[in-house]
Amino acid sequence: MLKTTDLVKRFGKFTALNGVNIEVNQGEIYGFIGPNGAGKSTTIRILLGMLKADAGEAKIFGQDAWKEAVQIHQRMAYVPGDVNLWPRLTGGEVIDLFLSLRGSRGKQVRKRREELMERFQLDPTKKCATYSKGNRQKVALVAAFASDADLYILDEPTSGLDPLMERVFQECILEAKREGKSVLLSSHILSEVEKVCDRIAIIRQGEIIESGTLAQLRHLTRTHLQIETRQPVSGLQALAGIHHLEQKGHTLALQVDADELDRVIQHVSPYGIVKLESAPPTLEDVFLRHYEDAGGR
Amino acid sequence: MASEFARSGILFRFIMKKERFRSLLWLVGVPCFTFIITFALDDLYPTQQARDGMAEGMRNPAMTAMVGPGDLDHYTLGAMTAHQMLLFTAIIVGLMNILLVTRHTRGDEEKGRMEIIQSLPVGRLSNLHAMLLMVCVSNLLLALVTGFGLATLPFDGMGLEGSLLYGAVLGGIGLFFAGVAALFAQLSGSNRGARGYAITLLVIAYLMRGIGDVTVEALSWISPLGWVTKAQVYAHNDWWPVCLMFLGSAIGFAGAYYLHSIRDLGAGFLNERPGRKQASPLLRTPIGLAWRLQRTGTIAWGIGMLLIGLSYGSVLGELESFFQENEMMKQFLAEAPGVSLTEQFISKIITVMAILATVPPVMAMNKLYGEEKRNRIEPVLGRAVSRTRLMTSYGLLSAGNGFVMLSLAAIGLWAAGTAAMEGKLAFGMVYSAAIAFYPALLVMIGTSAMLIGLLPKWNALVWLYLFYSFIVVYLGGLFQFPEWVAQISPFGHIPQLPVEEMDVSKVWLLTAVAILLATVGWMGYKRRDLHG
Ligand SMILES: Nc1ncnc2c1ncn2[C@@H]1O[C@H](COP(=O)(O)OP(=O)(O)OP(=O)(O)O)[C@@H](O)[C@H]1O
Ligand SMILES: [Mg+2]
Repeated sequence: MLKTTDLVKRFGKFTALNGVNIEVNQGEIYGFIGPNGAGKSTTIRILLGMLKADAGEAKIFGQDAWKEAVQIHQRMAYVPGDVNLWPRLTGGEVIDLFLSLRGSRGKQVRKRREELMERFQLDPTKKCATYSKGNRQKVALVAAFASDADLYILDEPTSGLDPLMERVFQECILEAKREGKSVLLSSHILSEVEKVCDRIAIIRQGEIIESGTLAQLRHLTRTHLQIETRQPVSGLQALAGIHHLEQKGHTLALQVDADELDRVIQHVSPYGIVKLESAPPTLEDVFLRHYEDAGGR
Repeated sequence: MASEFARSGILFRFIMKKERFRSLLWLVGVPCFTFIITFALDDLYPTQQARDGMAEGMRNPAMTAMVGPGDLDHYTLGAMTAHQMLLFTAIIVGLMNILLVTRHTRGDEEKGRMEIIQSLPVGRLSNLHAMLLMVCVSNLLLALVTGFGLATLPFDGMGLEGSLLYGAVLGGIGLFFAGVAALFAQLSGSNRGARGYAITLLVIAYLMRGIGDVTVEALSWISPLGWVTKAQVYAHNDWWPVCLMFLGSAIGFAGAYYLHSIRDLGAGFLNERPGRKQASPLLRTPIGLAWRLQRTGTIAWGIGMLLIGLSYGSVLGELESFFQENEMMKQFLAEAPGVSLTEQFISKIITVMAILATVPPVMAMNKLYGEEKRNRIEPVLGRAVSRTRLMTSYGLLSAGNGFVMLSLAAIGLWAAGTAAMEGKLAFGMVYSAAIAFYPALLVMIGTSAMLIGLLPKWNALVWLYLFYSFIVVYLGGLFQFPEWVAQISPFGHIPQLPVEEMDVSKVWLLTAVAILLATVGWMGYKRRDLHG
């Protein structure tokens, strides 16, 4: 569906991408994660034929992303993280422009457009100048999902959305997936992507450092636990997969490797759990873990 | 290949829709302006005798440098209109096209609006192509409306061919500068840059033509504005300059297409230097920040003012020897007592230069609102900088800017003038004549500050006011406007040294008006909501 091979992109002397390989298959949601400035948007803009790669290949539907951009775009929709629109046009006008540039028209599309505007609670009669960042993003999302694309490329599309709208967005991509469509979703928040993605790739400083299914990456993720017990817990040090353990009387703070979680809970529960809080792993943890692994090798 | 242009038609209609009011305004405005001028000239110079008198007044290098050569031997109403107005109108049309093209190419790209457009099944060149269609249609309409309009006016000496050529020259020059702008929109990585380079080229073309028409003939042959006068509208009616303009435009667009097809979205070819890592201590004050934002533009304008001064100055030598050779001319142009013709010309030039020197400081002041609209003021105001301090910073900076601009223009004029006249030009005379306009310049800055404070949405009105001043000064002699018309403009109140006497009370009065305007703006700015 979508495949890059050893992509390299330089801006002057600065190397933004240094051999990026990702592959998205039909019917899957692919998460593309990395911190600010890692090269997510650069990769995506090469895939969209807006930037020309210095080396390597970017192909979508088996066609070259730069040379056959127009043919590719007929079957593909894109939502950027920062949506900029024409201040004097209304949201509805902009959506119509995008749809007509795509060549989508007909009753079906109009119905879908109305339905999506309803779901995203977008008022299409307002001028773009008066829209907030999230509302501008909704305009792009409505235009993208109203068109009948086979592949969606979404670059941090939820950065301006509130939690409610983020749910709607997640429903939309899951629906797309059910229809056999593919999605490339970038983000710098691991937990956000985790919920919907089948596979993820993690990029840092222009290089993919990890990729695979969530199960394959499980070993990389650590859960933060805060536990309060009736009796003080002992013997935790002996267990594998525990990090940054802090114990203060009846309370415990620790990080557990995801694959060791079960054993730790079993160990703790006889002491009588009063309170249990867990926080999902952050991108930072993944990096830390990655370097620890790399160092240990 | 065809896919590079996919869906240009839809984008073309989109641009037309966005531009419909603005386009209509200048498609009606420019021809109407031309027709009104023609009627006015007919009214003021109704007989051939009157026109011949005017032609004699025009028969000197100074006037040639300003408005270009004309058919002074057969100064019919048509020849007169073309001589006096065509070049001037061509510059305005060129400017309009530059603004139009850069706005929809590099402007939209810079603001990130092309991002989604390019992700749709739209060719890489479609937007540029739509823009080409747009300028072709609008300049063609402009040419036809002006041409046929002029032909239907009830005057002798304005035949169909000349009228159509008049329109064609305007359309041609519009297309030419649209091509220039399209090219720079690819070369430069920013909208400001693209606009700046294209306008610079327009100014250089004007100066080259001015110097060329008086001294080195070759210069006006390579200047596109030189071609405007070479068409000899309503005289010989040469069409080849129009062909040259089309050719130039085609080359510009072809270059732009090529460059656009090989470059990254958002990138340019003229590299901008990487910025500093840390703010210098100066940058941490509001005035320092304001200066940093305007530095490049100010330096460019400074060089431009110096060049304009030098160009006009270089004509002075030619003028001096011309007057010495033409005793008859001297009598004809009734000399004011104790003032040489050269000095008369200098005072006229300085007035024009003073108005030009007002552009950069007013831009500097308007930047305060420009930054506000782009939401860049909030972070500054959020950091314990009061609004009064902010506005004062911008005001002081722009007042300083104006002083420097006026000085540079005067220095340029004097330096080239004294070289050309072999040292007979007193620096004090030129410099004081220029600085005398400083209070008028301050009034313009004050007007801008007042609009920002009270009517921020209308702050572009200050340009209209400046343009009005320019028209009054530039065309005042030709149309013999009543006194009050000139007095609406602050520039009309400044005594034209060295021809007129210095009047200190006016200086104080204008300065007081400037301060009053600024204070009103300042109070409004403190109170109103921020836009953005
Ligand atoms: N046009 C450009 N010129 C120079 N450097 C650039 C350009 N575009 C991107 N970069 C640099 O390339 C690197 C990767 O940028 P990119 O926008 O791909 O990051 P990102 O992963 O999308 O980050 P974010 O999460 O902040 O959106 C950054 O260091 C950025 O500064
Ligand atoms: Mg990004």
